[in-house]
Amino acid sequence: MRIVANYKHYKELNEEIFQAVQAGVAELTLEDVNGQRFIADCLKGKLNIDIYGTPGNDLGMFMDGPTVTVFGNAQDGVGNTMSSGKIIIHGDGRDILGHSMRGGKIFVRGDVGYRVGIHMKTYKSNVPIIVAGGRAGDFLGEYMAGGIIIVLGIHNRAKKAEILGDWVATGQHGGAIYVRGDVDESKLGNGASQFRVTADDEITIKKVLKEYCQVFGLDLEGLLDAEFTKIAPLSHRPYAALYTCE
Amino acid sequence: MEMYSSVPEFRVDIDRQACRLCKRCIENCSFGALEWRDNKVKAFNDRCVACQRCVSMCPEDAIALRRTPSVMSAHPIWTENARRDVFTQSRTGAILLASTGNELHEQVIFDNLLLDACQVTNPAIDPLREPIELRTYIGRKPRFVELEELGDSLRLNTKLSPALKLEIPIMIAQMSYGAISVEAHEALARAAVMRGTTMGSGEGGLHKKLYPYADHIIVQVASGRFGVHPAYLEAGAAVEIKIGQGAKPGIGGHLPGTKITDEISETRMIPIGADAISPAPHHDIYSIEDLAQLVNALKEATRYKKPVLVKIAAVHNVAAICSGICRAGADAIVIDGFRAGTGATPKVIRDNVGIPVELALASVDQRLREEGIRNETSIIASGTIRNSGDVAKAIALGADAVKIGTAALIALGCTVCKRCYTGKCAWGIATQDPELRSRLDPVEGAQRVSNLLLAWSIELKEILGAAGINSIESLRGNRDRLRGYGLDHTTLEILGVQPAGS
Ligand code: SF4
Ligand code: SF4
Repeated sequence: MRIVANYKHYKELNEEIFQAVQAGVAELTLEDVNGQRFIADCLKGKLNIDIYGTPGNDLGMFMDGPTVTVFGNAQDGVGNTMSSGKIIIHGDGRDILGHSMRGGKIFVRGDVGYRVGIHMKTYKSNVPIIVAGGRAGDFLGEYMAGGIIIVLGIHNRAKKAEILGDWVATGQHGGAIYVRGDVDESKLGNGASQFRVTADDEITIKKVLKEYCQVFGLDLEGLLDAEFTKIAPLSHRPYAALYTCE
Repeated sequence: MEMYSSVPEFRVDIDRQACRLCKRCIENCSFGALEWRDNKVKAFNDRCVACQRCVSMCPEDAIALRRTPSVMSAHPIWTENARRDVFTQSRTGAILLASTGNELHEQVIFDNLLLDACQVTNPAIDPLREPIELRTYIGRKPRFVELEELGDSLRLNTKLSPALKLEIPIMIAQMSYGAISVEAHEALARAAVMRGTTMGSGEGGLHKKLYPYADHIIVQVASGRFGVHPAYLEAGAAVEIKIGQGAKPGIGGHLPGTKITDEISETRMIPIGADAISPAPHHDIYSIEDLAQLVNALKEATRYKKPVLVKIAAVHNVAAICSGICRAGADAIVIDGFRAGTGATPKVIRDNVGIPVELALASVDQRLREEGIRNETSIIASGTIRNSGDVAKAIALGADAVKIGTAALIALGCTVCKRCYTGKCAWGIATQDPELRSRLDPVEGAQRVSNLLLAWSIELKEILGAAGINSIESLRGNRDRLRGYGLDHTTLEILGVQPAGS
């Protein structure tokens, strides 16, 4: 089914999407999307949504299952508190992408903004995954409690910019960030440290990137032909010694 | 270095003649203050927190707890508490934790407010003979309603916003599973169902046992987003965004990994043993516009079927902040005063940050009225509502309803021993220990909380009847039915209340 978003208010657009999904539509194409917020908010189950244009903030928030593909850039809050499903962005993503995400995948071909993957969590088999093809802004993986973030540093439009911003993984207490290439120690915030990737890490990276390359039609071997750096927490209880009782 | 370590606060007196050496007190003390030594019960006074468990379990009434007879030399400024805290921190170099509410400020403005009653000129109403309405709707009210006559009947043409329908203007506050046991959670939820009101899930998600009561549960979305998923949002009667709480304004929370048991891990959806960190701000809220975005995201997620509440701590600029929250689309605002309780908070924050709920409430109500938007949001007050008098006074100051936390826990058996943060609650409330939890029967507990709410409802009707009012609606923001006694001029002005006798 095709819906032209154009200048529709997000309420109207999302109601149309909701009604279509209720009626059993499983393939949706949204055209002329102009910053409408909350698209695919809290949608569940098997569902494909293709978006042409620029979806607004909180795309796929609370989403649990669907696959959303954006042929263009996305704005802030992609996959905010998302449970499962997949969001594919052929352009750039912006700030707090994957905030508190606890499952599913977000694949971005280009750059991502500030505070990406903030407070992501793992629970049992739910391991949220974010891959950014370009660079990531400051505070990547802040408070990160679980999940996997991979930053590749290719398709980096602002060519001169460094692959990572500052204060990476501040307060991290779970999960892992893999960066293609070296990471300057000065980029890391409190709580996180650099580690060599292990054989297990390599298997994880390869598995995730294989899917990423399939999605965007990229060469996997070329991507893997580089050293990755792992950023992980020093402790799962970073604040254990902060408090005292009588 | 030898240092004086402070005097124990309490002393366990055991009447050796009466004691029949049954050891029940030892089994019951979760703080390890009693041990079996040399064929008798030995007390370790420094571990006693005066939770009263042994006293109530002793079959011989052989135990009495006393304030320790050994005193420190008195000093009006360097109180024993002040000295104790310095001793502790000089030993540990860490933030002092505290439970329950503010202990530094004893004045409760509610106690300086007096309610009105009818004499001669207008008649009082006898609630035993005449109906008095306590039903309360929480949510946005329309500015006006459009009715259309259709023959004999009327049709409402105004689209109403979703509202919570409460039988009483008293709700049970947000307390998380993790801070309290699932038994306590279940007891509170059952009580909410019994009395036609709501309880709060708190910020730790909802245990699967609680889902059957979810239409009486307000599910909370806090900065940690623990246990927030579609089924959770869809189950609740309403959704509450927690920005802050009175016992720790501006402060996040850390549920230590040691308390993340199997079931808590499942409910919060985080690994066993990892710290559950609730950051101080929501990462997606840095402004009123951002708050509006989360409010709208939640309304979209629940398809505009449920009210969205926003809870904040009462802080200095509370009136302006609430005006913003109202304009951000919140259907109700919960204002949590600086005496509000908690399972764990830095003591310095608990005792020194925030303002009394009475003043916050009055100034917010006033501000929203002046701006002509009071109908667009409900106001719920919490933080030291101790009895039905406090409920009536809060409503007269402008609240649509109140929330109770500590009072509900006391009804479940809490003795306010102030040790919730230890996780060793002897009464099965603030603990995850299976043995301690088994001490709390959710069905019996629910009955007690329900009794409390029933008693307060009857009293509220008495208060209303005495004032010649037959509906709680007519008391809302009716400050004319309050008088201040022993309050200074400025306080009275902020409260919008006349001094007694005027
Ligand atoms: S419970 Fe009472 S009777 Fe039993 S051992 Fe303790 S003090 Fe003695
Ligand atoms: S809940 Fe338990 S630990 Fe907390 S104050 Fe009450 S009795 Fe003490």
